[in-house]
Amino acid sequence: MTTADVLLWVAYPYICLTLLVGGMVWRWRTDQFGWTTRSSQLYEKPILRAASPTFHLGFLAVIGGHFVGLLVPKTWTAAVGIPQHVYHLTATIGGSVAALATVLGLAGLLYRRFAVRSVTLATTTRDKVMYVLLVLPVALGTWATVANQVLGGPEGYDYRETISPWLRSVLTFSPHPQLMTAVPLSFRLHVLAGFALFAIWPFTRLVHAVTIPVQYPTRPYIVYRARRASVSAAAGRRGWAPVQRSADRDGARSRGA
Amino acid sequence: MKVMAQIAMVMNLDKCIGCHTCSVTCKQTWTNRTGTEYMWFNNVETRPGVGYPHTWEDQDRWKGGWTRTRSGRLKPRSGGRVARFANLFANPDLPEIVDYYEPWTYEYDKLLSAPKDSKDFPVARPVSQLTGKPMDTIGWGPNWDDDLGGSTETMQQDPVLAKINTEVRAEIEQTFMFYLPRICEHCLNPSCVAACPSGAMYKRAEDGIVLVDQDRCRGWRMCVSSCPYKKVYFNHTTGKAEKCTLCYPRLEVGQPTVCSETCVGRLRYLGVLLYDADRVTEAASVEDPQDLYMAQRSILLDPFDPEVIAGARAGGVPDSWVKAAQDSPIWALIDTYEVALPLHPEYRTLPMVWYVPPLSPVVDRVTAAGNDGEDHKILLTALSTMRIPLEYLAGLLTAGDTRPVERSLRRLAAMRSYMRDLDLGRGGNEEIAGAVGMTGEQVQAMYRLLAIAKYDDRYVIPTTHPETPRGIAELGEDVTGMVEELVGAGEGAPEACSVSTFHGGGTGLRITSRGRAKTAAEGLAPTPGRVNLLDWSGDSAQAGLFPPAAAGVDA
Ligand code: SF4
Ligand code: SF4
Repeated sequence: MTTADVLLWVAYPYICLTLLVGGMVWRWRTDQFGWTTRSSQLYEKPILRAASPTFHLGFLAVIGGHFVGLLVPKTWTAAVGIPQHVYHLTATIGGSVAALATVLGLAGLLYRRFAVRSVTLATTTRDKVMYVLLVLPVALGTWATVANQVLGGPEGYDYRETISPWLRSVLTFSPHPQLMTAVPLSFRLHVLAGFALFAIWPFTRLVHAVTIPVQYPTRPYIVYRARRASVSAAAGRRGWAPVQRSADRDGARSRGA
Repeated sequence: MKVMAQIAMVMNLDKCIGCHTCSVTCKQTWTNRTGTEYMWFNNVETRPGVGYPHTWEDQDRWKGGWTRTRSGRLKPRSGGRVARFANLFANPDLPEIVDYYEPWTYEYDKLLSAPKDSKDFPVARPVSQLTGKPMDTIGWGPNWDDDLGGSTETMQQDPVLAKINTEVRAEIEQTFMFYLPRICEHCLNPSCVAACPSGAMYKRAEDGIVLVDQDRCRGWRMCVSSCPYKKVYFNHTTGKAEKCTLCYPRLEVGQPTVCSETCVGRLRYLGVLLYDADRVTEAASVEDPQDLYMAQRSILLDPFDPEVIAGARAGGVPDSWVKAAQDSPIWALIDTYEVALPLHPEYRTLPMVWYVPPLSPVVDRVTAAGNDGEDHKILLTALSTMRIPLEYLAGLLTAGDTRPVERSLRRLAAMRSYMRDLDLGRGGNEEIAGAVGMTGEQVQAMYRLLAIAKYDDRYVIPTTHPETPRGIAELGEDVTGMVEELVGAGEGAPEACSVSTFHGGGTGLRITSRGRAKTAAEGLAPTPGRVNLLDWSGDSAQAGLFPPAAAGVDA
């Protein structure tokens, strides 16, 4: 194990994760106004309507697959009676479908970025960096999957013996960089690119991913909110502070529809 | 009963001259930024016409407002909670920019930078504000069919016309035309709020103003398509939804909205209504759309009813607001005189900007035919025979029920003839008033409110600080006298239009003419670059007309 290995498989992931977590907290606290999808649907609708759901659903499936493949230890799936080849087949087929959707959707969205001038003009430098760092792990991941899992023999590459335990070791703060040394190059590059994406995540429009409106299904349709005294345009006079009423203290009130 | 207060507006369409002043002043105030080029929080449409955005009333296409399910419950037309998630990644009902219009500017710079001896006449070409490319042909704009211009091409696309029978449609262009100024309706049952997945949109509990929390909006755009009036817009630069705020910073200090303040026709009224928040859903869910007008009226509460007053107190509505509700011109126009009607009640959002339907097209038609357009018998007969304007207006204001529109127009017609008799010294003819179920006294009071109401009668707006009643902040300095000296007291001069009232003190300098008077009187330095042309005689340079001279250079 070389210094480079330690740098790549210990230092680098921690730096990226620190940026991810710290960056998210910092951005959430300082930039609520910038926290948006910044949708460009207003400019162009037909391509977006096809490409955007394809990409987003594909990507969500990919994330789900990564969770299962990386965070659930092999022993657990074995314990519930899933043999390795069944797992491998499901993961490869499911993963390929999800990857296909992601790649097609992303290609559509990128085409739109370049081909529709108003969308191109609305693309900031940050967006461009983000797109590069988004395309990289997606492309490398697809390559790794195709090269090793689809074309690489019946059992493919068992990342659950190396990459998964390594990642869990990083997440549990007892890193085992040696696990990564023998991993195929395509996977290693994919992992590195993935962490780079984590590192920039909080500083791009990708932050909208963590605002999935989970409270919407349960909240009443109509939202009432009381005006905060502090946003009043008129100055309160000294000595004229209104009496606190229970209704004021309750703050926001809601009504069902 | 849960009593809540709502600031509502009534526009008297009879007086709108279609000058677009309201739209322009609103735009200057609120939407003159990048990303908002195409937005008109206030727009004025010529009707019949397609409106802005293009055919916004076609809810089969845009899916705005609510629908009533078979079980009698309300569901946003764009879909319930599950559908919202299914469409999160691309809103199928979102209008595209071309449905509004592609905003453009002109290459003004070319007029100045053209070479001196160029053989071509310099022109300022239109340039798209979205693509930066020249637009050789501008194909659509926010008022493309203004004054029925080019309407032969587009008028038949008017969704309200589409619901009227064809024989009427063919005739309509020769028949009548009027203007429809529109802002956000600040609905009692806003479907924009219901559709917002992030919970960023809300109705303010104190005054019913519907707002977008810019910090919580995540740019899902569901409000844009779910508002049946298409009055939420998407800022394509910030990625946030924006909408008419009813100028809440002005209302909070007792001033009317910018569109009302600047309305040339003085046709806008602002005031408080009390309503029963517990019955909102019930009223919005009545089965027959034609019952929605009365259902909405039934949840508006009589501000003189002691039970309502007690309920208001218990619900934390300040007494000054109850008083304002009693003086409310809105309550008078909706309930006392029954001349104001809601816009498209069939969308079930319970809109709170109501309209007095226009009588003028009818009068014009009668006069054009060589008859006396102010004679009540002729007018009332004309009203009952002229189905075209009635049916169109009913399609706009009462979900197709012509009776309320007819009652409203008959009252306006009666007011016209009754007041003519008075003007000609013939004395009021009670028979005219009686024919529309009113007394002469009521007709005169309605006339005062509709025709000659002063500023303070048109805008009855309580401040958000009940301890600072409207106008009281101005009592500190008695400057009204100075204004009268300088410019003559304008009718209905605003009492509270100064920077210091607006932001609760602090600047000390005023920008109004009386402010100049004040700075002059106190010998304060005038603000550089700010000149009041009202008190400038023109024979000497005004202080502040030129920037301060640099040291050493003598002007
Ligand atoms: S009119 Fe205003 S309050 Fe009503 S649904 Fe539209 S945006 Fe919401
Ligand atoms: S300013 Fe008044 S009169 Fe002019 S268009 Fe607007 S509403 Fe009509």
